[in-house]
Amino acid sequence: MSGALPVLDRPLTRNVRADRSPTDMAAYEANGGYRGLRAALAMSAADCLQVLKDSNLRGRGGAGFPTGMKWSFVPMGDACSPGHKYLICNADEMEPGTFKDRLLMECDPHQLVEGMICAAYTLQADVAYIFIRAEYHKATRLLQEAIDACKAKGYLGDNILGSGYNLEMHVHSSAGRYICGEETALISSLEGKRANPRAKPPFPQVSGLWGRPTIVNNVETLCNVHHIIERGADWFQSLGLTADAGTKLYGVSGRVKNPGCWELPMGTPVREIIEEYAGGMEEGYQLRGFLPGGGSTDFLTVEHLDLAMDYDTIGKAGSRMGTGTMIILDDKTCPVGFVKNLTEFFAQESCGFCTPCRDGLPWSAQVLDDIEHGRGLPEDMDTLQRQVAFIGAIGNTHCALAPGAMEPIQSALKYFREDFERHIDGGSCPYCDGGNS
Amino acid sequence: MTDLIPVLSDEELREINAEIAHVPVPAAVAIDALKIVQAHRGWVSDESLQAIARHLEMSAEELEGVATFYNLIFRRPVGENVILLCNSISCWIKGCDKLQAKISAQLGIALGETTPDNRYTLLPVTCLGACDKAPVMMVGEELHENISEQGLGDVFGEDGG
Ligand SMILES: Cc1cc2nc3c(=O)[nH]c(=O)nc-3n(C[C@H](O)[C@H](O)[C@H](O)COP(=O)(O)O)c2cc1C
Ligand code: SF4
Ligand code: FES
Repeated sequence: MSGALPVLDRPLTRNVRADRSPTDMAAYEANGGYRGLRAALAMSAADCLQVLKDSNLRGRGGAGFPTGMKWSFVPMGDACSPGHKYLICNADEMEPGTFKDRLLMECDPHQLVEGMICAAYTLQADVAYIFIRAEYHKATRLLQEAIDACKAKGYLGDNILGSGYNLEMHVHSSAGRYICGEETALISSLEGKRANPRAKPPFPQVSGLWGRPTIVNNVETLCNVHHIIERGADWFQSLGLTADAGTKLYGVSGRVKNPGCWELPMGTPVREIIEEYAGGMEEGYQLRGFLPGGGSTDFLTVEHLDLAMDYDTIGKAGSRMGTGTMIILDDKTCPVGFVKNLTEFFAQESCGFCTPCRDGLPWSAQVLDDIEHGRGLPEDMDTLQRQVAFIGAIGNTHCALAPGAMEPIQSALKYFREDFERHIDGGSCPYCDGGNS
Repeated sequence: MTDLIPVLSDEELREINAEIAHVPVPAAVAIDALKIVQAHRGWVSDESLQAIARHLEMSAEELEGVATFYNLIFRRPVGENVILLCNSISCWIKGCDKLQAKISAQLGIALGETTPDNRYTLLPVTCLGACDKAPVMMVGEELHENISEQGLGDVFGEDGG
């Protein structure tokens, strides 16, 4: 990291310590914690929703859908039939290359809990779940402790701080499988079933968990909610450098000097994240490309380094910002091996519900394996291209897993085509001694 | 027939019933119940599965469909410590394949196998959300970061455990 980085307003990581030790209730409150909750309870749910809408907060789980708009589809008041309303935090974090929600939950569990209470209040939900991946033992324990501490203080339970509002919160530890992160599959899993995604419509906002109105949001999204309610939409808008508001947890992994995760203004240029924060490439390695936001986003290359990391800019460049955690492809790592690793992941994690994904992804993985091991034929390039066109088309599959799996393949064929051809022409992997292949 | 099915322990039942208390139907806690029994017994045997299914008022077949969907529900015995070695992209870039070969050689087991002394089972796992510390693995509940081939001795003991 270079010496003089500007002092930034970092609402999400202000309680994150260098040694990553967790912030407990006392330390959290000493630093202004649960003020957002009091601010929310002093407002009407409708006013909270309006602030959220005005803030232009977009979902941090990958798709960037405007949170306020998503919430506005939840039936409120008399429009809602009697019964439970649910808020679910998606803490499954299994997108390859993504390591931001773990940081938020392990270092500042109360922030997520406070954000969730404020979100649930805005939606007038009475039950909240944190759906967390099984391997996050520490975060699971810390969140349960935070919930218990909130119950003891009257921040959770009946009649929260005398407001008349009731909310119970539970942590559900999952049992594996990437598809659980897809929001309708997550709901199936929370009902104790196999995690198969559900057809939309009906959308979860209207008919989700147990057929009741349900909102599923990412950890990072929910961590923003009470800050926005307390400090206002204008403040949140002012944090971003470009049209998208707020800060973002950006991450870099791969062969860089200082891999890590940093909260920066939304729209920070890619180059700054990679060169200043991640310290640039390791000695002896050059950057060839990067996936901007996890394993299911399209490659971008050196020519895109000066782009702003925000949803619209990265989208216009032909990729997606996704989770904002970049994976770097260096010049000594085989692009075919790289894409093969990702494709094998998606093939393995297919829930098996629809044929293009269940049978198509293993086929793609097989073709890539053949090419990687020098058994590829020239016509394999066309096969891959056809698979990308068919499996990648939205609507041919039941959920977004399979189209997401095609993104790194289609962009690798575009930017690293000569690497595929060298494998096929030469009958072996030209990178075999380097990298991992 | 029912007499042949061993009863779940009081502790297991207590934990499962606590989960049932906040859901509409008992079957909703299928995954929690499988995890509870696995936490006590290491894995989920056919007998355990049948006992859980009966308790949740669902068929054993239906529960089996749930159990086999999730990779962290073990339907076969595992060793005292399960090693979950990340094989996703950032760890692959940083050499997880070579690391796996090294672990396999050191412990004398391939992926999916358990050491004869029952101490370790080696399994691949997808991205563990610690990609900035690649390559990583979990041993039991503990995360090991930035593992090097040399560092493996410290984790498993020089004799390979
Ligand atoms: C296959 C698949 C896996 C997903 N995994 C996650 C995940 O682990 N965490 C997450 O927040 N969103 C994940 N999503 C996105 C969710 O479906 C959903 O859009 C998101 O949780 C909504 O939250 P947000 O609006 O706050 O972004 C996944 C989507 C797909 C298709
Ligand atoms: S696209 Fe894949 S993961 Fe999604 S429903 Fe179809 S088989 Fe399941
Ligand atoms: S790729 Fe191994 S921890 Fe993410």
